[in-house]
Amino acid sequence: MKNILGREIPEYIEGYGKVTTFEGAFKHAGIKTKKEVKVNSVTPNDEKVLKSIEEVIDKVGITDGMTISFHHHLRNGDYVLNTVVGAIASKGIKNITVAMSSIFPNHSPLIEHIKNGVVTKIVTNYMSGPVAQEISRGILKNPVIMHTHGGRARAIESGDLHIDVAFIAAPTADTYGNINGLYGKSACGALGYAVSDAECADRVVAITDNLVPYPACPIEISQIYVDYVLKVDSIGDPGGIVSGTTQITNDPVGLKIAKMASDVMVATGLVKNEMSFQTGAGGISLAVAAQLRKYMKQHGIVGSFASGGITGYIVDMFKEGLFRSLFDVQCFDLQAVQSYVSTHKHQRMSASMYGNPDNKGAVVNNLDIVILGATEIDTNFNVNVTTGSDGAIMGGSGGHSDTAAGAKLTIIVTQLMKARLPIIKDSVTTITTPGECIDVIVTERGIAVNPKRLDIIEKLKKTNLPIMTIEELKTIAEKMTGKPKAIELSDQIIAVIEYRDGSVIDVVRKPL
Amino acid sequence: MKRLRRTMLFMPGNNPGMLQSAGILGADSIILDLEDAVSLTEKDSARILVREAIKNLDYSNVELVVRVNPITTEFALVDIDVIARVKPDALMIPKATEEELKTIDEMLIKIEKEEGFDAGSIKLIPIVETAYGLQNVYNIIKSCNRIVAILLGGEDLTSDLGIKRTKEGEEIFYARNQVSIACKAMKVDSIDTPFTDTNDFEGLEKDTRKAKSLGFTGKAAISPKHIDTIHSVFAPTFDEIKHAKRVLMAMEEAEKEGKGVFSLDGKMVDAPIINRAKNTVELARLLSLT
Repeated sequence: MKNILGREIPEYIEGYGKVTTFEGAFKHAGIKTKKEVKVNSVTPNDEKVLKSIEEVIDKVGITDGMTISFHHHLRNGDYVLNTVVGAIASKGIKNITVAMSSIFPNHSPLIEHIKNGVVTKIVTNYMSGPVAQEISRGILKNPVIMHTHGGRARAIESGDLHIDVAFIAAPTADTYGNINGLYGKSACGALGYAVSDAECADRVVAITDNLVPYPACPIEISQIYVDYVLKVDSIGDPGGIVSGTTQITNDPVGLKIAKMASDVMVATGLVKNEMSFQTGAGGISLAVAAQLRKYMKQHGIVGSFASGGITGYIVDMFKEGLFRSLFDVQCFDLQAVQSYVSTHKHQRMSASMYGNPDNKGAVVNNLDIVILGATEIDTNFNVNVTTGSDGAIMGGSGGHSDTAAGAKLTIIVTQLMKARLPIIKDSVTTITTPGECIDVIVTERGIAVNPKRLDIIEKLKKTNLPIMTIEELKTIAEKMTGKPKAIELSDQIIAVIEYRDGSVIDVVRKPL
Repeated sequence: MKRLRRTMLFMPGNNPGMLQSAGILGADSIILDLEDAVSLTEKDSARILVREAIKNLDYSNVELVVRVNPITTEFALVDIDVIARVKPDALMIPKATEEELKTIDEMLIKIEKEEGFDAGSIKLIPIVETAYGLQNVYNIIKSCNRIVAILLGGEDLTSDLGIKRTKEGEEIFYARNQVSIACKAMKVDSIDTPFTDTNDFEGLEKDTRKAKSLGFTGKAAISPKHIDTIHSVFAPTFDEIKHAKRVLMAMEEAEKEGKGVFSLDGKMVDAPIINRAKNTVELARLLSLT
């Protein structure tokens, strides 16, 4: 059957279940029910601190077929997922579902566990590196379920994603399970992605390399959610933990795109006092922030908040008084961590508060402008950030679909061609974010506005910016690159792309 | 319509990525370089790459210039023969002498005829970068009516003179004067030598203002990051445009009253001031600043 975006999706997918089809960004809004959470009550004589990972596995009773979860705040420096899954494998346990909010190259030991049947299902918001490549070759028994950051929180809180045991890597934990990410040798800042897991999983284990006397201070995740605490030598490599940010691009084409994006923002009238803003951690995204910073300073503008994964660059803007506060779901670098530690105006937001469409209002609903990227865009403005030019999984929504849905102005910044491939196509390989949420595409050769946004078109017409249709942009690209051949795909579904509301917006089929 | 030539951006001719993006970096002219940017072993492949880039990419929004190798080298004549046939807007000629320019002119007449191009359509921009060139700049411009501009090459010139090249540029003060005056006398554009510190924007602005104050009409650049700063120096300010418009309005009023000379804000306005005002308003119009 085809969903409203024209994607061919079966009514039932083996290893996933019955499909609720995507019908629009806000079509499933309404009254929602949160799941009932089972809690093992703890009495005054109970001890929470355990001695080994093996003891943890026994105590929480991990058996075949269970779902275990992890957060990705330790990014490419995380040791916890590999340690836990390795210990589970050693006990001969099979058919585990790993719900890891993002998977990085250093999680490559998962590949062996997948091949050996220890891990047969994965639920994640983003995948890169060897695990993503191998899954794209079809080694995982069941299709990966890919969520958005907000959608994962929704799935956990609604019960759609039931977690048996949540393993929370804790830069600091006390003996009763209070956790924070601020202190310790593996400090990573805000623990936004761990909150729903802690609140809704049947069992929660804090794994820490910084066990402090009770009580830890401050408390980000409370003892009332945590069953057990395990101290290990190290939960992660600090060099890999705070590895999220890049530098502002030096590439003149990227700088030109950033300047044009900034001109678009200003022309829409949204750059004014009390504005809110979010941008990514990549080179061009930061260059847009640099342009905005210049403009805000020149015109004495003070914004209400900047949000997202927070980088040192945004922290600098905050310290200069350009924003009154920061909403932080994860710290991308050490500067962001230090800022989070130092002021209450740099606030954590949980993944649910960030982008869950089924609560009483996520932060994305208050966002004025978001700057995002794309691997592919089609002439209906649908955006792909999940698969690359070879059809293999190399990313995932993260907060892409959440912010695009909530923001008043969603701008995609991208080069029109990457290497010898055009970014704009008739149809993207995978739809991550639907075109109805994408307002403006800014490339170095021209700017395309979603035809539904007549208000933006009117405003941009009054500028000297090179506004053209998306078809015209596509033609310019194809004149230089030629029309790319279609990627050949098999029938095997290797990933189900869930939109933030739990409906299926697309699937990924194994590339041939 | 007069074409703006405030910036001329050098791009290495052997870099496909840069050739692809050269046209959209905001410069008025781009110079695809077959000379200093390209090593000896790459001269032939760079020539082919530039030829194919000109044939296949869209450079319609910039002035397209190719810097060929000096006539004294084994590469120059092949450069000219190959590149002229794909019709760039101009060829830039390093260390050009009057005789060399005449030779190139004859080559181009022949190529234009063979290829069916309008006679004289391929222009020339000699680089003055030797003591000889500086001393003979007026004659160099006179030698060929294809010449539309002169580029002052500060690095090579100071090397030829055996003197140190500095950021402050005192050592090229005379050269700047000489080139600017000769160009003005012959009604061609004068393009200042590029500023070589890619990250010193304050220094770039100072250097550009110096050139502008001596009458230069534009400046070469070796980094796309320099373009905005150079353009802002060569653009009239809001106050300059406002004043120029007032001068022209006062002139119209004076003409209606039959006055040849008039005053504005207590100062006499005569022909040079009126001309300057007209130029300012015209430039503002071209830059869409009015």
